[in-house]
Amino acid sequence: MKAVCWMGKHKVEVMDVPDPQIINDRDAIIKITGTAICGSDLHLYNGYIPSMMQGDILGHEFMGEVVETGKGVGNLKKGDRVVVPFTIACGKCFFCEREMYSVCDNSNPNAGGQETLYGFSGSGLFGFSHLMGGFAGGQAEYARVPFADVGPIKVPDSIPDEKVLFLSDIFPTGFMAANNCNIQEGDTVAIWGAGPVGQFAAKSAFMLGAERVVMIDHYQDRLDFAKANNENVETINFDDVDVYDKLKDITGGRGPDSCIDAVGLESHGTSVDALLDYAKAAVYLATDRPHALRQAIFCVRKGGTVSIPGAYGGFMDKFPIGAAFNKGLTFKMGQTHMQAYMPRLLTAIEEGKIDPSFVISHRLKLSEAPVAYDNFNTEKNQWRKVVLTPH
Amino acid sequence: MQHNENSITQFLTHINQNVSPAERVVSAVSGSGLIAYGLKQGGLFGAALSLLGGGLLYRGATGHCHVYDAAGITTADDRPSPSSRVHVKKSVTINKSPAELYQFWRNFENLPQFMTHLESVKTTGEKTSRWVAKAPLGASVEWDAEITSERENERIGWKSIEGSEIPNSGVVEFLPTSNRGTEVRVVLTYEPPAGYFGSLVARLFGEEPNQQVAEDLRRFKRLMESGTIMKTEGQPSGRSAKAKSAKA
Ligand SMILES: NC(=O)c1ccc[n+]([C@@H]2O[C@H](COP(=O)([O-])OP(=O)(O)OC[C@H]3O[C@@H](n4cnc5c(N)ncnc54)[C@H](O)[C@@H]3O)[C@@H](O)[C@H]2O)c1
Ligand SMILES: [Zn+2]
Ligand SMILES: [Zn+2]
Repeated sequence: MKAVCWMGKHKVEVMDVPDPQIINDRDAIIKITGTAICGSDLHLYNGYIPSMMQGDILGHEFMGEVVETGKGVGNLKKGDRVVVPFTIACGKCFFCEREMYSVCDNSNPNAGGQETLYGFSGSGLFGFSHLMGGFAGGQAEYARVPFADVGPIKVPDSIPDEKVLFLSDIFPTGFMAANNCNIQEGDTVAIWGAGPVGQFAAKSAFMLGAERVVMIDHYQDRLDFAKANNENVETINFDDVDVYDKLKDITGGRGPDSCIDAVGLESHGTSVDALLDYAKAAVYLATDRPHALRQAIFCVRKGGTVSIPGAYGGFMDKFPIGAAFNKGLTFKMGQTHMQAYMPRLLTAIEEGKIDPSFVISHRLKLSEAPVAYDNFNTEKNQWRKVVLTPH
Repeated sequence: MQHNENSITQFLTHINQNVSPAERVVSAVSGSGLIAYGLKQGGLFGAALSLLGGGLLYRGATGHCHVYDAAGITTADDRPSPSSRVHVKKSVTINKSPAELYQFWRNFENLPQFMTHLESVKTTGEKTSRWVAKAPLGASVEWDAEITSERENERIGWKSIEGSEIPNSGVVEFLPTSNRGTEVRVVLTYEPPAGYFGSLVARLFGEEPNQQVAEDLRRFKRLMESGTIMKTEGQPSGRSAKAKSAKA
């Protein structure tokens, strides 16, 4: 089959590789009909994630048709149309039973590595480095889906791929980000990052009853796009105005009730000595991206919530603990507990409350992945979200 | 720990010898004993002990000890020294009842499913069993184990049979919690080969058995909770021998 392989920094290649096979009883094989490139993939593309190996198959946002099931998969059959969540979860452990799927105990074959780094290991993820399990991803013609009786959600034939594909990651991710804000009547939610995750966080915040949503970015086209898709959204271009002053001003001096960091920063280390290197690197990197998180902590009102869907991997330099402590803030974060949100969001799509395909800017063939990565990485104004079709 | 024949042979001819001839014999004997011993323990830390035992075998065969190198020690003259016990203590919480876990473990023939260094375990009597384990360099090792104490659904204790080269004992307990599943606690004790070098080896390699037991317990948990031990071996990648650029 054809698959998009990570070959090094700024290098992806479409390769002919062997077809996936059932490895564990609870696996299924999916023939992929649609797959997308995520902002998270760019962190791999830009070489920020350690424990990637040349030849790793990328992609964690995909859907398709079941072509084979292992003998432990009772709920799926050949021909079923499914969307696959990017978090791999067993459904049986303490965490899965409590709907904390992204910290499943049993799905990361390299859990020992994450324990060294984090104390305990999160779940396995598709196409996202060996520290996250080393699972082959879904930017390919076929994929092996582990724990297929827990992850994939069946979708009716009547809904086109584009409307349901983002149930695989960014719609639930934006939704969980907003849900973590515990939105109350009259709330203002400020969102840093007007990428796909930020766009879905904005939609979700409105769905969950926010009175006002403010989006912050410096790509004017992305901010304008948010405006075009949400009647009441307000925007701040941080190249033009001071974010704190502006937020304070438009909220009558109170500050937003909750702040969402949909920007993120990913950089890791896998061993104790790599952690030290990592810490040094973070000091340098901290001049740019963690800036959004610090700013969110500074801007949020007293007793407010900071919700972090943007991905982090290692250490943060100059974490403003004083502001967080003295304002009595609540922090919520993490990889999305996908399986907990997919059913209700599918219902919202079926009921016509939202059409997630609004976010797509480009539709290309799988074979055009190298061009897509390059443009999505650099031409952020025009290249918002890319969907690839493999067949 | 994987070397090809060639590089090992080359390596062996180039190293100098820092272990006395008498000790080489002891090393070789203890090495195989240690492997056997670890496996008697139920094989739970067979991997670690195999490493340790394998190291001794290697040392016995070559007259070179890297541990001595690392510690800056040479044993040109045999010095006596007390043997020291090694304890390995690990626990894991499993989202199953004590009874389910006990029943699975008590049937020792199940153990190779999560103790990767075991080849097989055969029940030979009500309390006895025969174990076959993978030893380094493609060899395999066999020994007998016997259960010394057990309380149904609570604990299993075992000991190496009388006359074993390296005395050892172990116990696994299955402790219920209010609503967090079952705490599985394993304690293993063994006496490394007698003599100064034995305790030195035990100390320097002390972490290894811990890690092996931890991974064995993780596999046990996964098998019990999710019914499978999730793997990635065998999945496609651009590293596959058959992979090639799609442009061609
Ligand atoms: N938690 C999860 O499970 C999960 C899932 C998917 C994605 N993510 C993460 O979410 C983040 C966003 O994903 P995406 O696909 O939208 O990525 P993206 O790269 O398309 O969007 C990020 C946006 O943030 C903006 N930005 C950068 N610095 C900023 C700043 N200081 N203030 C405000 N905006 C700033 C960028 O201009 C860009 O528009 C990434 O870190 C990604 O890894 C997390
Ligand atoms: Zn993603
Ligand atoms: Zn789980």
